Amino acid sequence: MALPAFLDLKGYGHLLIDGALVTVSVGVAAMLVALTLGILGALARLSKNRLLRAVGATYATVIRGIPELVLMLLVYYGGTVLLQELLSLGGTEVRVDINAFMAGTLVVGFVYGAYATEIFRGAFLAVPRGQSEAGQAYGMSNAQVFLRIELPQAWRLAIPGLGNLWLTLLKATSITSVIGLTELARQADLIKAPTKMPFTVFFMACLLYLAMTAVSDLVRMRAERWASSGFRRS
Amino acid sequence: MPGPLDLNIVWASLPELFSGLVVTLQLTVLTVVGGILLSVPLGVLRTSPNRFISGPIWAYTYFFRGTPMLIQLFLIYYGLAQFKAVRSSGLWFILREGYWCCLVAFTLNTAAYTIEIVAGALRNVPLGDVEAARALGMSPFTILRRIKIPIALRILFPAYTNEVVFILQSTSLASLVTVMDLTGAARVVIARTFAPYEMFITIGLIYLALTYLTLWGFRWIERHLYRHLRSRKEVVSEVPVLR
Repeated sequence: MALPAFLDLKGYGHLLIDGALVTVSVGVAAMLVALTLGILGALARLSKNRLLRAVGATYATVIRGIPELVLMLLVYYGGTVLLQELLSLGGTEVRVDINAFMAGTLVVGFVYGAYATEIFRGAFLAVPRGQSEAGQAYGMSNAQVFLRIELPQAWRLAIPGLGNLWLTLLKATSITSVIGLTELARQADLIKAPTKMPFTVFFMACLLYLAMTAVSDLVRMRAERWASSGFRRS
Repeated sequence: MPGPLDLNIVWASLPELFSGLVVTLQLTVLTVVGGILLSVPLGVLRTSPNRFISGPIWAYTYFFRGTPMLIQLFLIYYGLAQFKAVRSSGLWFILREGYWCCLVAFTLNTAAYTIEIVAGALRNVPLGDVEAARALGMSPFTILRRIKIPIALRILFPAYTNEVVFILQSTSLASLVTVMDLTGAARVVIARTFAPYEMFITIGLIYLALTYLTLWGFRWIERHLYRHLRSRKEVVSEVPVLR
């Protein structure tokens, strides 16, 4: 694939494009984890069960109080050593290598799941109670009320918050570079020396992040329009 | 064989962690101060109707808010060496140091977010208040000083509290450019003792405590500053929210 001259970077430019693709993949995978955890977290925080509520609140409180970088290093290096020690209890010396893509996805997803929890909690609370009650009156089970009435409406209300979450999450994937995942930040770090143009390389990386942001913004606007179709503003 | 959690390692490393903590707090406070100094005037100019004034500021905040802080840090720490003019300038002995690069990068980053917070708050100052001041014959600058800025400060307080928490947590990136902050100190101890989860859990708890101390501290300040407005529901969030 031929690259425009300004992105060529002495022939190393295509590595930045490769990195950007990895960034998007980690971002999408982590977003899916975050959405799942966000819905589960919101349900836990709104549940009648006190233990579940405490778990949900602890998750949101603790994860947001610790820098992503520290969590990333903890899971990657701590996890490796922990697994190694657990496995060596069986007597065999094993070398454990945690997959950087998996670890990165899980940590970023886990961190942003804590923010998604708050977004979904607000969205579920904003669905009028009368509607859930009407569902129950029709004889729907709790699961049916959730899937048919509460979740579809909460989605719509959550979309602006989730759009913002995605933009922040995408930038946060850059810290997966510290565990060796060759996404955009890591690729830029790797080619800064051979090209001898560190500023140009990192600046190009910035432009690629900005391009992703701009595209995401367009998608977000469309999603918001889609989500509010059929609703009239009072 | 090391136990499940070797607390002796943590105990022995406390002096190192303490000096790291001091660096973390230093970076946070200096970034906050630098950020405020930059963002108050630029935030005011950002609301200017003149596009030649507000446009460049918009471009600056768009760039810094749309790219990861990590890359911004690398752009300054590794990037500036590409330019001969920088290397031969009198500033090079400063810009060679990870610590100063962190201060520059963190300040530029937080200023970008804070400018938008300041501008947003200024736009939300009730028009009636401004018109009343104008009717009293105040000059535009007096209106800014006496009416707009005090009211905007109250509006932006919760969002700014959140921003300070972000700065605090982002200072951990300093460890990636050889700065011995809390995270950097922990990584040095780990390289020596090979006890990653003990150390990362310990500093995680320290960051957690710092985060909530900051939140509570700012909430306390807000309550006292705006005691006369207590009926208004403008309290700082209980937990950090998205930037």
